[in-house]
Parts: sequence; C-alpha cells; structure tokens
Amino acid sequence: MAVTTGAYVTDEVFERPPLQSRMWAILRAQPLGIAGALIVLVMVMAALFAPYIASHDPELNDFGAMLVPPDGGHWLGTDEFGRDIFSRLVWGARTAMLVGFSCALLGSTIGLLIGVASAYFGGKFDILLQRVIDIFIAFPAIILALAIVTVLGTGTQNVIIAITIPLIPNCARVVRSSALAIREIPYVDAARALGFGHARIVLRHMAPNVMAPYLIMLTTFLGQAILAEASLSFLGLGVQEPIPAWGLMLQGGAQEYAESAPWVPIFPGVAISLAVFGFNLFGDALRDLLDPKLRQQ
Amino acid sequence: MTIARKRYALALGAGAVALAVVGGSALADMPKRGGVLNFVVGSKIPTYDGHRESTFGMIHPIRPFYSLLIRVNPENPQSTTDYQCDLCEGALPSATNDGKTYTFSVRKDVKFHDGTPLTAHDIKATFDKIIFPPEGVISSRKPQFSMVESIEAPDDHTVVFNLRYPSGAFIPAIAAPFNFVFAKKDLEREDPEGQDPLYGMKWHQTNINGTGAFRFVQHQPGAFVEGARYDGYHHDGKPYLDGFKAISAPKTAVRINAIRGDRAAIEFRGFAPKQRDDLVAALGDRITVQESDWNCQLLISINHKKPPFDDVRVRQALMHAVDRWSASDSLSKIAIVKTVAGIVFPSHGLAIDDATLKTYAGFWPDIDKARAEAKRLLKEAGAENLTFDLHNRTVDMPYRILGTWLIGEWKKIGVNVTQAGVATSEWYATHRAGTHDLGIDANCQSVINPVADVGKYTSRSGNPANYSHYEDPALDEMHDRLLRSGDPAEQAEIMRAFEKRVLNDEAHYGMTLWWNKINPHRSYVKGWKIAPSHYLNQHLDQVWIDKG
Repeated sequence: MAVTTGAYVTDEVFERPPLQSRMWAILRAQPLGIAGALIVLVMVMAALFAPYIASHDPELNDFGAMLVPPDGGHWLGTDEFGRDIFSRLVWGARTAMLVGFSCALLGSTIGLLIGVASAYFGGKFDILLQRVIDIFIAFPAIILALAIVTVLGTGTQNVIIAITIPLIPNCARVVRSSALAIREIPYVDAARALGFGHARIVLRHMAPNVMAPYLIMLTTFLGQAILAEASLSFLGLGVQEPIPAWGLMLQGGAQEYAESAPWVPIFPGVAISLAVFGFNLFGDALRDLLDPKLRQQ
Repeated sequence: MTIARKRYALALGAGAVALAVVGGSALADMPKRGGVLNFVVGSKIPTYDGHRESTFGMIHPIRPFYSLLIRVNPENPQSTTDYQCDLCEGALPSATNDGKTYTFSVRKDVKFHDGTPLTAHDIKATFDKIIFPPEGVISSRKPQFSMVESIEAPDDHTVVFNLRYPSGAFIPAIAAPFNFVFAKKDLEREDPEGQDPLYGMKWHQTNINGTGAFRFVQHQPGAFVEGARYDGYHHDGKPYLDGFKAISAPKTAVRINAIRGDRAAIEFRGFAPKQRDDLVAALGDRITVQESDWNCQLLISINHKKPPFDDVRVRQALMHAVDRWSASDSLSKIAIVKTVAGIVFPSHGLAIDDATLKTYAGFWPDIDKARAEAKRLLKEAGAENLTFDLHNRTVDMPYRILGTWLIGEWKKIGVNVTQAGVATSEWYATHRAGTHDLGIDANCQSVINPVADVGKYTSRSGNPANYSHYEDPALDEMHDRLLRSGDPAEQAEIMRAFEKRVLNDEAHYGMTLWWNKINPHRSYVKGWKIAPSHYLNQHLDQVWIDKG
C-alpha cells in the first residue's frame, strides 16, 4: 500500500505496536528494571500516603511499650522510646524521598547547566571550570557532605544542600563530555549565525540533546542521595530526632539494642538497602533503554 | 543428749559457722598488696594541669599522681559533708575569727616524687595560682573562691586562709579534686630560653611532679598513661596496687568490650543501663555494679532574650507539660538519668523535699491537670501554636535522649519543636551568644557544694554560665546572702526562696532529671567506692585487686 503524505511517498507505514506489546517487550528486556521501578513506586506511594498507611503517630513516645517485639499491635515492633517502627519506616520514606528527589533533581540539573555551559563556551572558561570541578571531585562525596553539614548545621534543608553540592560536579563532568560533541554539530553554529543568545543556545538547543546522560545521572543520584542522607543521619549530622528517618533509626538505640531487640536496626536497614537497590536497578534499566548501542544489543 | 544440750550444740555449731563466715568475709575484705589496675578512659587529656582543666579525661589518669590539701573521705564518698585531711594533719580545722580564718597544719612527712619535701609554702603557692592566677594563667576554679581574701604561710607547716566573709562554701571548694598540690619550686621555674615569664605556671601542663600514691612512668598519647606505686606515699601502707594503666578508649563499645574481655577492670565515668545489663548477663558474679545519684543534671535553658520566652507564662507552660515523675521510671531504663529533684543535689541537707517540689511548675503529680494549666497559660499568653528549636549537643547519652523525650512531652500540649543538634563547640558558642530558643544545658560539678553550684542561676551579667540570658537582681541578692551565711537553717531558708524563684515563680530554667551513675566493674576490684561525681575518689590509694 502506498501512502501519500504531502510531497513524500512511502511504501509502507511504520505502525507503533500496541502499548501492551511494548510494555511486554520492555518487561522481557528489563525485568530487573521493572522490579526496581516497582520498589521505587512502593517507596513513593508510602511517602505520599504516609498519614493513611502508618498505624501510629511516628513521633509519639509510649514508654509503656518500650522495645516491644513485632506483634499484632506493632507489626515491626517498637524502639526504645516505644515508637512504632512500621509507622516510622513509612514516614521515613517521606524523608528519604524528599531528600533523594530534591538532591538528585537539584544536583543533576545544576550539573547539566554547568556541564553544557562549560562545553559551549570552551576555552579558558572551560579549563577554569573543569579545574574547580576537579577540586570537588577529589573529595569523597560523603566527606564533602560531612564538611558542609558541619559548617551549615543539621536539619533536612541543610542535609539537602550538603548532599547536592558533591553531586553537581559529577553530573557536570559527564554532561560536558556529551555536550562537547553536540557543540560541533552544525545546528549550534546555525543558531549562533542566526544571532541567538548564549542562554538560548545552551538551554533550548544543547541541553535537550544531553537528556539521556542527564536522566541516567538523575536516577543514579536518587539512590546515592538516599544512602548519603542515611549515612549523615546515622552519624548524627543529618535529620534530627524525633523526625522519622531511616538512617537515624539505625543510630543510637539501634546499635545498643541490636542484640536484645534486633527488630530495631533490621527493618530500617532493609528499607535503606531496598530503596537503593530499587533505584539502582531502575537507573540501570533506564540507561540501557536510553543508550542506542545497548538498546541494539 | 537432752534438749538443752542439743540446743546448746546447735547454737555452738551455728556460732562456729557464723564465725567462719564473718571471719572469711573479713579476710576477703583485707586489702591485698600487688597487681596492676587496668582501667579505660573515654576522653582525652588536654593537659596535665588540674587547675586549668575540667575533664574526667584528665582526672582519671592524672589524679593518682597528686594529693590535695583535703579530700572527700574515700571510705564515705556518698556523704556530702565528710571531708578529711590529705596533706594536712589531724581533723579539719574549724573556722576562727568569726568564721573568717581557717588554719591548716601541714604534714611533715611528705615528699614530692622528685624528693623535694612538702611545706606550707607549696600549699600557698598552689592556692595562690588557683585563686589569684597571674594574667595569662587559666584557673577554672577561681570563681569558687570569691570569699578568699589572702593566703599566708607563717611557717613551714602552717597555712592560713583569710576569708572576706564566713562561707559554708569554702571547705567544699578546697576539697575539689582538681586542686592538685604543686611544688613551689616547680611553679617558680624559669624558662631555659628566657622568653616566657609564666613558664613555671605552665610547667605542669606538660610535666608531672606530685605527692600522690603513684609515680608517673609514661604517657603514650592516645594509648595509655602508666603509673607505679610511690613507696614514699604519706598514707601508711598505701597504695595497695603496684601500679595502674589508664587506657584511652574513646568509643563506648571498646570500653565495654575491654571489661567484658578483661583487658580492663573498670571504667570510672559510668555506663548506660543497657550496657550494665549486658555486662551482668555476660559475666554474672564476675561483675559488680555500683550505682549512685550523680552530681550532674541537664537543664532546659530558656532564652529570655527571645519572645515569647520573655513571658513567664510561656516558660511556666513549657515546664508544666513535662512529666518528670513517670520519666524517672521509664527514662532510667534507657539513659543515665533517674532522680527527680530541685536545683540542689538530692541527698544533700539543703535539697528540697518532694512535697514542696510537687507544688512547683513542672513537678505537679497530676500530669493531666498540669498540661491543662500549660494550655491555659499558653492561650493567655497568646502563644497557642508555639513552634521553636531545641538547641542540643549531638551526643546521645543522655543529651539527645532527653531532647527527644522533651519534644514528645511538649507535643502533648500542641507545641511543635525541632531538635537542632550541633557539635559541642557550636553548642557552647550558641548558648553563649544567646541565639538559641531553648537549649539543653548542663550543670556538672565535682564536690557537692550547693551554695556555690547554684551560682549557675544568677544573672547573666555576673555569670557567663547563665544560658537563659536573664537578669534577676533579686536572685543575685539571695545568692550573695547564701554565700555569706554560715548558719545551715538560714542557708536552707534562703535556698528554698532562691529555688522557688528559679523553678516556679519565674521559671528561669527547667530541670530534667538528675543523672544516675552506673559503674559495673570486675568483681576483683576492691576498695573503690562510687562517689556522686565521676571526678571524685580517683586517687586510687585505697584500691586493691583480689583475684582469689
């Protein structure tokens, strides 16, 4: 069948397979990625609907129920303040997702802008910016975050800033390498020739073309940020009691009662591992889907 | 055998058994010579100078090298009034000259570890440094001696303290365990390079020469301090140990495991209830536990400079919300706190009785009624939806635990509080600057000296340790009268009025619970008796090891 479309004539139409088939194809190609996406979905739902899912007030001290093992009244038991661990885990998902998404979005977006700008302008600007990035990358991310939170103080907002800053140079470096190739493509020269401003070229013409590495970094950062938040809270420098946060739940009493009340550290530990595992699986699958070479394989 | 004879035989038998038990017990309690005591210390040594430092990290390893003029009776350290001579002779002197002069006779048989004989001039030089330090020399206990006008040494074995006014706070202040007696010749040492005129005054920061039960052997920074028995020690027959090794172990888990694995026999500061229970469960009768009220308390500093905390109704409401009586039972299971009391150490003669305390804001026995009153006061003050930060140290035991508990209590009257945890240096800086809303403050002392210790609650202008940042001339006047009063009945009367104003009428400061000291140690450690402070009774001359 021949189809006429304006001046172009093609011999056949590329029909998109139905949604069900496409989903099945992705599921077969990326079963782990789908599993990761499901874990992420559960975490996000827990965070969004925490007030409806949690069985108790997560911050309510109940000294009459200190260190109660898992039972019908407290599905995952209670901690040394008598607080319900299941409810704290559910509300802790909200803290984890808030910090994870905020840090990942901010870190990767600022990194994207810096990376693209660095590639676009090139020259001394690029060299100078890359050396600054070298300095930041030289520090292990958690050490840099520790230093920042020591200066800024504890609390959710400062933790987000502390975790975001080390993410920026990583994303900027990766994005820059992609943007360098794009800079050489004629449409960028064409945009320049048409007199477009630097901001327009960077934001409208270059940035959308490095979305693949950006999205991959974004999903990778989600897991990293959740882990960093848990680490900072575990070290006493992150979110503060009595706010429910998974890392914080592993700190203090969890260590002290690890032998006699193992449910106190086990469940938040599992939650952190699952969240990071889920985001990493999802990120890997996304990378595979967005990378043309891997997609062909 | 008649019944009478049978009874006699039984009584004789029982008597013999009783005698054997008592005799055996007495033998077991006889001090034994020899052995080295290993103990763990959870903090570092800033310098060796007791006059300058205030940390148990220095006291525990260094105190055994020094003596004091007087000390808390090591056999009765729980007493708040039982002091005895260490470097002085005989009974404690009574005050003369209308309570304004104390004359001490100094022992004639004491030598410093370098062989220099001790004289009254060494005592005078020591207390001159503590009470009247030259500019540039830090003396942490100087404020406790505001009553001292001068010190004299009329001969080699007499030292006289002249006071400005009679004061019941003088003797406890002299007995503070930080008042190491130094040799005058050491304090007058000259800088070999001729540059530092205060060289002698600083010499003890890095050198040790005392008259204590043990001689300094070595200090491996970050690892251990080692001492060996001083044969010329002035208390007859002591010390019993051949030596000691104070092992540095900043991490609690390391200290616990050291005792569990018998790498160390004791830790003198104190463990948490759970750690005590774990050690007892693991070691059974090989562990002995001593517990005591602890002369430490965490306070709630309420920054009067920040509205609405300048309103007494808001302050009282925040106090009313906190159920201290039930917390005494529950928190003592997870933290080193226990006793509910006022501003004076619970077992001291000046301490408040429970019946009076229960009439104060924050101590009402009916917590529902108290919280209703709290809500009423907040409403009246227009602060119903109160939100603030609780400034706290990022130290778990017991700071963060108490912070978390308080936040939960305030939530019950609808007050939302965020815990702002910071490192110790920033915690001090913020408290001093007065930029906090409310804070967890600490008042930890050594010798129980309520008259001096409650100076914490006087006005900020004359008392930098007042982190509630208020001015209250009425309190200052009361405290001045308290310091000058030598009459216990009058002291008690002033103290009650002072305390009522601090806790109830003005609610300047909030109390939490007094700390509870828990010292589990290897049962073979004998002779050491727990004191109400981790700074006290650490000379170790009465300690021995009995491994049976």
